[in-house]
Amino acid sequence: MKKLSALVGMGALLMATTAFAQQQTLTAVSFGGSYGAAQQRHMIEPFMEKTGHRILFEDYSGGIAEIKAQVESGNIQWDVVDIEVIDLERACAEGLLEIIPRDVLPPGDDGTPAMEDFMPGALDNECGVGVIFWTTLYAINTETIGPNKPSTIQDLFDTEKFPGKRALRKRPQVNLEWALIADGVERDKIYEVLATEEGQARAFAKLDTIKSDVVWFDSWSQAPQLLNDGGAIMVQSANGRFYAAIQDEGRPFEMIWDGHLYDLDVWSIVRGSKNKDLALEFIKFATGTVPLAGMQEVAYGPTRKSSAPLVDPAVLPLLPSSHIEAGVKADGVFWADYGESLGERFNEWLLR
Amino acid sequence: MTATSLSKEDLGAARRALRRRKLTAFLLVAPLLVFLLFAFVAPIGSMLFRSVHNPNVADLIPDTMELMDDWDGVSLPDESLMNQFAVDLKRLANDRTSGRLAGEVNRILPGSSSVIQSTARRMRTVDDDELQQNGAALLFDAHANWQQVPIWQAIRQSGNPYTIAHYLTALDLERTPSGEIQARDGPRIYVSLYIQSLRIALFITVLTFLLGYPLAYFIANAPIRLSNILLIFVLLPFWTSLLVRTTSWIALLQTNGVVNTALMGIGLTSSPFSMLYTEFATIIAMTHILLPFMILPLYSVMKGIDPSYLRAAMSMGGKPIPAFLRIYFPMTLPGLSAGALLVFIVSVGYYITPALVGGADGQMISNLIAFHMQQSNNWPLAAALGSLLLFVILLLYWTYDRLVGTKNLSFG
Repeated sequence: MKKLSALVGMGALLMATTAFAQQQTLTAVSFGGSYGAAQQRHMIEPFMEKTGHRILFEDYSGGIAEIKAQVESGNIQWDVVDIEVIDLERACAEGLLEIIPRDVLPPGDDGTPAMEDFMPGALDNECGVGVIFWTTLYAINTETIGPNKPSTIQDLFDTEKFPGKRALRKRPQVNLEWALIADGVERDKIYEVLATEEGQARAFAKLDTIKSDVVWFDSWSQAPQLLNDGGAIMVQSANGRFYAAIQDEGRPFEMIWDGHLYDLDVWSIVRGSKNKDLALEFIKFATGTVPLAGMQEVAYGPTRKSSAPLVDPAVLPLLPSSHIEAGVKADGVFWADYGESLGERFNEWLLR
Repeated sequence: MTATSLSKEDLGAARRALRRRKLTAFLLVAPLLVFLLFAFVAPIGSMLFRSVHNPNVADLIPDTMELMDDWDGVSLPDESLMNQFAVDLKRLANDRTSGRLAGEVNRILPGSSSVIQSTARRMRTVDDDELQQNGAALLFDAHANWQQVPIWQAIRQSGNPYTIAHYLTALDLERTPSGEIQARDGPRIYVSLYIQSLRIALFITVLTFLLGYPLAYFIANAPIRLSNILLIFVLLPFWTSLLVRTTSWIALLQTNGVVNTALMGIGLTSSPFSMLYTEFATIIAMTHILLPFMILPLYSVMKGIDPSYLRAAMSMGGKPIPAFLRIYFPMTLPGLSAGALLVFIVSVGYYITPALVGGADGQMISNLIAFHMQQSNNWPLAAALGSLLLFVILLLYWTYDRLVGTKNLSFG
């Protein structure tokens, strides 16, 4: 009798643990907004349906401060995080993220092996797998801009030809690169020049010329609003933000692709995650051919070549990957080096 | 019956009763004490500690730091130190903690992060004996900067676990390699931002006083039904989310917002003013948000003042204005000081409103603290900036206590 009850007990325990193993909860974190909604639809929900596991999908506003706090305190609450490459370099080097093995990534739906299917840059950092190509550019309001339309970065800095406010995000990134482009620096030399004292002085001197015409904002969500209410005639933001405003709200905005600074977002796993295996399963799924193609909903380009045939031809010209020659690749290594010192200098310049 | 006539048992019982009462009182406040300890004392303590203590580098490369003790700090370090550093760097690269070292050193010498990182990647595959023998040469080979003194100085400086360097930075100062303290060579922003924060806070305090005092007076002297309604109007925004109130100011102040449209509609101006993203926007939005902090203490003090004092002063020949200034106003001072102190202290450290409506010139020190917390991840500097803000406020409070005295504060 005793034996039997022990057996039954063990059986129950076994069943409980297998049931527990069947249904796990994963916490995924991304940027929210229309981008988060697209990820919800094409990555989170299909994964939950396919595997039966639960995903808590949360928002954050980027940066590595929260990941750092979790890893340092050992209280890890996030499993999978969508990170900008500009932050990835540091987060990975500081040991805040798990290394994602390359050999487990599935081939594309057309059979191309993963290492060939992913676009250049998507697998550069061992801690992440590329999920979108996105870009920072400026847009104009076609209803209020008048007959003379700006089309280049030089025009953004030309207050005589185009009088009016320019809205830029309050940080050195992108703005210093644009200042050098406008000042005539070759596009492939920008970061080289910006690493020197003279180059930095040159960029700030160029920004000086439009200082009184700039409206500085803090969050991307403020940008389309500024363009809509006439707060500025040229507004900087992520291309997906403008795309959503044009597509969903019918705003008369036009994106100017000259000198856009494109970058990647990646999925990565927080180091010490308790659900590491499931997190890896999720990333393998979410960076597959079909889920990646779903990001076209917000005009962010897929990172796999095999996703290209699934992209709507109408959206294709609005993806950053269709404008690579006009753009510049944002340099994560440069900003890991100079982000803080130029950030301080930028703040000082603002107050002067 | 006097106390001396109490028997021994009675005395004991009385003492026990007293002890029990004390224990009950303590148990009643214990949850609050525990809460304060965890939510207030511990975080502030950790902030103060973090601002001077940063053991990261010392923990990462202890062996190299030991050899650093014998280095003169002026010429290039000798080969044995470099070899040891190469060994340490390989270990860090394999633990994936080289980025931590790179981040710390980069703070002192911008641009070092990529030097350390790329070198660390190269050291990963070299075996230890080779590094022991030839580490220096391998470093030189990996990056030319290792042949220069500044990066070694930066490593030594960052390896000091206890340092006041962050306080120096927060005061726009720095220490030269030879140990003298001088004005900072890089950007100098923090002192002017502290001054700007104090100036904005003072301005807001004065504005809330000018707007709040007459209103509080009116509410305190209005018939009870009217005053209740008015009080609800004061409290209603107080209960509304801070973000909602801040964003509604964005709607009001933006270029084609309510204010500009109205001004242009009645023909006062022909083109819109730019009011949003300025210091003006910060001040006006914060004044609105902090107004209840001024009105409520003032109101409660005014409510307790007997109106007959003022009548008595006037019936004895006082003119209304001197009577108000010499009789009524001094009696409201406890409420005024409490309100002013609340508004001032709360606004010095304000973050969200300046971040949303302040643009470039309406920034306060808290925005830079947030920058170092969230973007540059320089937590020790953020801690030093925060601690300094705390010291400034404590100093102001102390001065206030010496000049006015905190005994007669009345928070209502």
